[in-house]
Amino acid sequence: MTWTPVCRFTDLLAERGVAALIGDAQVAVFRLHDDRVRAIGNRDPVSGAHVLSRGVVGSRGDRPVVASPMHKQAYDLDTGECLDADARVPVFPVRVRGGVVEVGTA
Amino acid sequence: MPPVPGHDARGCFVYRTLDDLEALREYANGRSTGIVVGGGLLGLEAANALRLLGLRTSVVEFAPHLMPMQLDPAGGAMLRRRIEELDIAVHTGTGVTAIGADGERLRVDTAGELALDTDLVVFAAGVRPRDDLARAADLAVGERGGVLVDDALRTSDPTVFAIGECAAVEGRCYGLVAPGYAMADVVVDRLLGGEATFGGADTSTKLKLLGVDVASFGRTTGALDVVYADPANGLYAKLALTDDARTLLGGILVGDASAYGALRAAVGGPVPGRLADFLSTGAPDVALPGDAQVCSCNNVTKDQVLAAIGDGCGDVPAVKACTRAGTTCGSCVPLLKSLLAEAGVAQSKALCEHFAYSRQELFDLVRVRGIRTFSALVSAHGTGRGCDICKPTVASILASLGNGHVLDGEQAALQDTNDHFLANIQRDGTYSVVPRIPGGEITPERLIVIGEVARDFGLYTKITGGQRIDLLGARVEQLPEIWRRLVAAGFESGHAYGKALRTVKSCVGSTWCRYGVQDSVGLAVALELRYRGLRAPHKIKSAVSGCARECAEARSKDFGIIATEQGWNLYVGGNGGFRPRHADLFLSDVDTDTLVRTVDRFLMYYIRTADRLQRTAAWIEGLDGGLDHLRAVIVDDRLGLCADLDAAMARHVASHTDEWRDVLEDPVKLRRFVSFINAPSTPDPSISFGSERGQPVPLVSLGPRA
Repeated sequence: MTWTPVCRFTDLLAERGVAALIGDAQVAVFRLHDDRVRAIGNRDPVSGAHVLSRGVVGSRGDRPVVASPMHKQAYDLDTGECLDADARVPVFPVRVRGGVVEVGTA
Repeated sequence: MPPVPGHDARGCFVYRTLDDLEALREYANGRSTGIVVGGGLLGLEAANALRLLGLRTSVVEFAPHLMPMQLDPAGGAMLRRRIEELDIAVHTGTGVTAIGADGERLRVDTAGELALDTDLVVFAAGVRPRDDLARAADLAVGERGGVLVDDALRTSDPTVFAIGECAAVEGRCYGLVAPGYAMADVVVDRLLGGEATFGGADTSTKLKLLGVDVASFGRTTGALDVVYADPANGLYAKLALTDDARTLLGGILVGDASAYGALRAAVGGPVPGRLADFLSTGAPDVALPGDAQVCSCNNVTKDQVLAAIGDGCGDVPAVKACTRAGTTCGSCVPLLKSLLAEAGVAQSKALCEHFAYSRQELFDLVRVRGIRTFSALVSAHGTGRGCDICKPTVASILASLGNGHVLDGEQAALQDTNDHFLANIQRDGTYSVVPRIPGGEITPERLIVIGEVARDFGLYTKITGGQRIDLLGARVEQLPEIWRRLVAAGFESGHAYGKALRTVKSCVGSTWCRYGVQDSVGLAVALELRYRGLRAPHKIKSAVSGCARECAEARSKDFGIIATEQGWNLYVGGNGGFRPRHADLFLSDVDTDTLVRTVDRFLMYYIRTADRLQRTAAWIEGLDGGLDHLRAVIVDDRLGLCADLDAAMARHVASHTDEWRDVLEDPVKLRRFVSFINAPSTPDPSISFGSERGQPVPLVSLGPRA
């Protein structure tokens, strides 16, 4: 596991995402309302565009989700599972160390 | 086509297939007069088509009155009055005997003294079933055409069935869709070994011809006929009753057919209410009997709809899926809604899983309680953390109530991607940029700036329907640089990304146009600047036309203004899109101050009370009392709201700032416009462009839906 620093925690807006480039991988990093952070693949598998970091963050039941800005399918930020279509996005480990957000890649 | 000598001359058409209409339209171009042979349903439709093609139009009907299949002489006469008001000449009781060609002109001779000179002739009479296949196969055909079938719908070859318009059931053809479906049911039953027969079909019809409602149902004459005629308003109604006046047999309605549903359902039983009510003022409020047909296309009764509701269908889509009612022409959908309400099914007004309130209720909560953040609202009045439905809705409400910039503080996180980046997302994840061009008026210098910006950033350019210019293919990190150039040249945000006022389109008006009677451009610019940035439940479009020719297409807008010699006419509730609708006349011949004050109130009342993503047309339709209610509230001030609405609009006008200029001046907001937070100026490597007709277009190697 390689941890790559991508930004300071305070660069993140609560309940919003940012995109990060780690090698060739595009990762969408989100800060939840309770300051947990989550990271998933930035590519919307339904439209094929790299846009998930720009979706609205919220909840479906107890699950934290982001809605694709393209056609609004919701993705579980814990599991990467799409709740409205047969699709899935990769989930990345993410942590905050000394105020810096780090994303883990294999 | 009837066997009239000369019917195949150049300039003679039939009115049957799309190709026929295409050829007719082409031929009509640049010509001035047309004659329709046939004054039935098809003929009047054809007459309307010619009228819309700009031709001076006449109709020639063989029978003594129009629509002889559906109407009696008096009903036909009333329809004729209404049609003649549209400058269509009507000749009845005369048959066409020959068509003569004289160069480019045609001469239509009739059995009487009438002879008409014309550019083209449309035959909409003597329609015959297309039975060529049956004839080729040596099947028996009817005396007047059509594949002859018995009441089991078998042709003369018992292994072959025929249904629909081509079938002559014991000699009679049916040109409507409902009998076709009924025939299909019979054949299915027969194929499964059943004994079903086709016992004729309900040929009741209700239609709008040339803007006039016409309906006929059941028998159009009985032992006792009750008639109402009002030539001043072009109304005619006739109910056919049994001699004891207790049983309704059928009837005819011209000019107002709103009682059709209730009356047709009552055929065979007593008139459902006071006779006089039906005859003079349209449909009184009566409950339909259970066996009343709700959907005539698919033959679904009220009882069947209620049974589906009882089985758990909780909304219109569920009822449609379960019963097929409303799935063909859709005209019974409002009735389905009222049946749901009648059955006591509460149509949930909840916005989403996070709020049990409608948008209007949330608006009032936010306004009355002075709530300024989503977090405060959801913790006090909702559950969970919101979603892509409620967050942008609350963002819009907060913006409508004037809570500063849409990207201030927590509001930024609520915005849908378009409002978040103040641009419109495209299929490849790039954005489009639309600078405001008020009224569609632009100087050569500014046009050049747009061209230069597009060229320098490699953007695709296209003129929009709202008289401005769309620049497509901008990556998120390019947006601030693009806007720096545009703002420096005097442009501001066009709010194409927002549920907000888009444009006020205009024609050139009295300044240039020789027909214009008012300065439509001046008014359009003033209105667009007044309402720019106004956040609403949905987008709002407007237009101003400088004369009655209506070149700005104002009646297809949420609010449209058409100049008159005396001032302005205001129309409200129009839209294009999926379900086009013409706006309705709301004010006539008013001065500019009255016009603007009324539009202020119209918009503010809409913003306060409409549902999420509800355009003004649906909003007005949903108001209890419709347009009259709206007039009572915003013209007569019956609810005492006007001062409040006026003040709210005054605050909006006073507080306007350009959203893009504000972003450029705010380093915190600017920081969000990066491709990658750890590589802010590295373009998204997945975005690439090809070229089409000399412009960049997205290369979608993306595999949509893959």
